[in-house]
Amino acid sequence: MTAQAARTSEPGAPVARPARRGFNWSFLGVVPFFLFAILFMLFPIGFLILGSFQDSTNNDALTLQNYAELTTQQVARAFANSIEISLVTAIAGALFGLLLAYAIILGGLPRFLRTFVMTFSGVASNFAGIPLALAFIFTIGNRGLVTAWIESVFGVNIVTGMGVTLYSKIGLEIVYFYFQLPLMVLIIAPAIDGLRKDWREASENMGASPRQYWQYVALPILFPSILGCTVLLFGNAFGAQATAYQLTSGQIPLVTLLIGAQIRGDVLHNPGLGYAMAMGMVVIMGVSILLYSIMQRRSERWLR
Amino acid sequence: MTGPDVGSRAPEALTSLHNATVSKRRGRPSGGTILSWVIFIAAMLYFFLPLIATLEFSIRMRPSGAAYTNTFKDARFFSSLAYSFLIGLVTIVVSTLIIVPTAYWVRLRLPRLRPVVEFVTLMPFVIPPVVLVFGLIRSFSTGILPLANTQLGSDVLLVAAYTILSFPYMYRAVDSGLRTIDVRSLTEAGHSLGSGTFRILWSVIFPNVRVAVLSGAFLTLAIVIGEFTIGAYLNRPAFGPYLSNIGQNKTFEPAAVSIISFILTWLAMGVIAFLGRTRQGRTTGVQVGGGH
Repeated sequence: MTAQAARTSEPGAPVARPARRGFNWSFLGVVPFFLFAILFMLFPIGFLILGSFQDSTNNDALTLQNYAELTTQQVARAFANSIEISLVTAIAGALFGLLLAYAIILGGLPRFLRTFVMTFSGVASNFAGIPLALAFIFTIGNRGLVTAWIESVFGVNIVTGMGVTLYSKIGLEIVYFYFQLPLMVLIIAPAIDGLRKDWREASENMGASPRQYWQYVALPILFPSILGCTVLLFGNAFGAQATAYQLTSGQIPLVTLLIGAQIRGDVLHNPGLGYAMAMGMVVIMGVSILLYSIMQRRSERWLR
Repeated sequence: MTGPDVGSRAPEALTSLHNATVSKRRGRPSGGTILSWVIFIAAMLYFFLPLIATLEFSIRMRPSGAAYTNTFKDARFFSSLAYSFLIGLVTIVVSTLIIVPTAYWVRLRLPRLRPVVEFVTLMPFVIPPVVLVFGLIRSFSTGILPLANTQLGSDVLLVAAYTILSFPYMYRAVDSGLRTIDVRSLTEAGHSLGSGTFRILWSVIFPNVRVAVLSGAFLTLAIVIGEFTIGAYLNRPAFGPYLSNIGQNKTFEPAAVSIISFILTWLAMGVIAFLGRTRQGRTTGVQVGGGH
């Protein structure tokens, strides 16, 4: 840009005084964007923030009581459930996503399978919500296809006989895994691609076993990426609502479901507590996205 | 499938996968390649069984095809699909009208503002849809703009929420599209030919980022058509709430509707993959935390 500026002014000419700037009018160009974002995002969120500090029973006086009430049983259980399910599916999704990504990139499979899995992952990581929940009901629900197969082969109904029900935590985790796994494949693939051949050759030349290569070279390099991606998967599951809504109809209290119920009617009997819950969610999501970007930056040191 | 015990064996698994590549160079199959195949096949089973099961469920109803004919007889199916499609189109127009000039202006005149704009466009990743709709409903129920109290007002809020959700993809797509063209020279050329800023935006910049806008647009459309949370809490007659409703009340029809929605969504995704490939040889757009 300095080159551009230099070209427009005569070399050797006296440096022109910068145009008088009472106000930089070029800021007007981004006003529509900021106006829209403020009106439909920052203002509503600001409303929630303000409400979370107000006591609705006492003329909206400022209070921290709503945040203190986050520890009440109903709310705390919702947070615990959400965190547990997100954590389990994030770790499982990260591990299997890593294995699948490695298998298709460096595992000796035909190259077209890699293209296929990557494209499919792009679609499947977006495949969520109501259709996903329904698809699993048709698969391992009471009258599901796989349920019927297993019953005809092993003579046991996995739903009524073994209690593997979709309407439980493990059921939700099996379904969430469906969008966690492909998301991991998508976001970890660049890191695996970034593992350079020379590193492995160098370690082989120095007599390292494959195990040593992984333990001392590859995994330490991949580690920030893996950790960052796991955190991102955590946030991805934590914000999920529709899938859980369709499967459990609120049977398992999750933060998103409880907030949904709070929108419909004041189920918590304290509007401020609902706002505080929403804020708790935003904070947790914010921290996970922040950790992800920090880890991403760290991994860039080695990978490209 | 999600047993934690497998996790502790991850290094060993990776080691044998590693052997696969090593031995491939030496020209004989190994346990590693086999393991790669096992992982791949297991993943494919997990991915495709639910899809196959949905298809099977949708054709299980007797007389054959009844789930589909019942669906096509349901007026709400068409009206909700048409509604979501229309909302999606309006969202794309609004989002394009906001994002293209903003990305252009930031690139041309306000590069110092870029981190701020980027941060704002990425905020939907931090604010889950259920929280966004919560805030919208509460803040627009009273005061000077009680949009949530009327049908049309709720439509406006729905488009606004979807536009906010589309910002991350739209901005990223348009900004990387702008990176491939020389914005400054094109603008100077336009000015020296006597065009104003709006004319330049419309006839020079916009045609140059058309592909980027299109790939962002199809992703937005796919998200809007499948979206449930925001549409449901704003009480809109959208496709997601419709599917949820029949999913709770009927047996076979939801499978048929799901299959139709898969086809629509995947068509949109296919277009994105195609557009992405023609542009830079790679697909664009990883969605995080959208409509789950």
